[in-house]
Amino acid sequence: MAAEDSTSAAGGTLQVRVWRTAKGAAGGGEFQSFEVPRLESQTVLDVVTYIQRNLDPSLAYRFACRVGMCGSCAMTVNDEPRWTCRTHVDAVAADGRLDIAPLKNLPVVRDLVTDMREFFDKWARALGRFSGAKTRKEDFARVSPDSPARAEANAAIECIGCGVCYSACDTVAWNPDYLGPAALNRAWTLNRDERDVAQDERLRAVAGDAGSLACHTHLSCTERCPKHISPTAGIAGLKREVMRAAMKGKL
Amino acid sequence: MSARLQTWLWILQRKSAGVLALCVLVHLATMIVAIRGGLSAAEILGRTRGSIGWLAFYTVFVLAVAVHAPIGLRTILGEWLGWRGASRDWFVAAVAVALAALGLRAVAGVFG
Repeated sequence: MAAEDSTSAAGGTLQVRVWRTAKGAAGGGEFQSFEVPRLESQTVLDVVTYIQRNLDPSLAYRFACRVGMCGSCAMTVNDEPRWTCRTHVDAVAADGRLDIAPLKNLPVVRDLVTDMREFFDKWARALGRFSGAKTRKEDFARVSPDSPARAEANAAIECIGCGVCYSACDTVAWNPDYLGPAALNRAWTLNRDERDVAQDERLRAVAGDAGSLACHTHLSCTERCPKHISPTAGIAGLKREVMRAAMKGKL
Repeated sequence: MSARLQTWLWILQRKSAGVLALCVLVHLATMIVAIRGGLSAAEILGRTRGSIGWLAFYTVFVLAVAVHAPIGLRTILGEWLGWRGASRDWFVAAVAVALAALGLRAVAGVFG
C-alpha cells in the first residue's frame, strides 16, 4: 500500500488543507491551510495528528488503532475516501499537497468527524444480523469451507464497517435512502450462510428502490474498499436472489 | 409503492431491455438494407402495408419501449431531481401510456 521508496520524500514541507466546520453554523465550513514537516514513512493520519498536536488543538478527528483494524480513521484524502492510517503521504501527495476532508455522504459532526448513525442504521434495515435456529445445547453446524456459498461469503466477510465504500458510492449520493454497499455486502454474507434462517425476510429488506436493485454497478465501492472486498459482486448476487424470489412469489 | 412492485418494475425493465436489444438489431439491419435503393415513403409503405409480420414486430418494439423507458425515467427523476413518491409514479405511468399510444398509432399508420 505504501510507496516503496518512502525515504526519498523525507524533508521539506507539505501544504495541507484541512476541512473545518464553521462555528455555530450547521453544514458550513471551509478548508484551512497548514504547513506540516514531511517525514519518512509518514501517513495521512500522522499529518492530521501533527496538526492537532502542534498547530491547532481544536481540530476534531477520529482514530483508534492506527494499524488498519478498527476502521475509524477514514476520511476524504485528495477527494478519495481512504483509511488515513494506512495511506502513506508518498502514495497520495506526489506534489506535496494534501486535501483532507470528512467522508462524503455522511453528516459532519465537526471538522473531520462524521456521524455514522445512518450508516449503521442501514445495516440494521438490511437485516445485517445473524439469525440462527439452533441453541447452544445442539451440536455445531458443520459448514464445508469448500462449499460455493461459503466461499462467496468468505470473499465478502472481512468488512470492518469503515464507511469508505459508502462515501465513494454515487448511488448513495443521489438516493439518500439507498442502503449502500456495506449494509448490502453484509446482507449478502448472511444470505450465503446456510445456518441463517432469515434469508427470505432479508431479501424482502434488500429489494426495491432503496435496496440492491438501486445499484448502478459503478464499482466505486469495489475500487476503494481497503479490504479489497467487492460489494458490487455481492449486490449483483442479491439482485439475482431478489429476482428469483419475486418470480417464485416469495417477496 | 411497495418493494415488491418496485422489484417487478426492475425485472420488467431488464426483460424489456432484452427484447429491445433484438428489436434494435432487426431495426438497424432493416434500415441498412432498406436505404440501399434510396429512401422513400412508398418503399417503406410497400414493405409494411398489410404485413402481419412487420405489424407484430413493430408492436412488440413499441410496447418494449413503453415499458422500458418510463421505468428508467422514474429512476432518473428520483436520482437527479429528487422527485419521488406517487406524483412521480403517475407521471411516468402517463409517459408509458403516451409512448404506447403514439407508437401504436404510428404502427397502425404504416400497416393500414
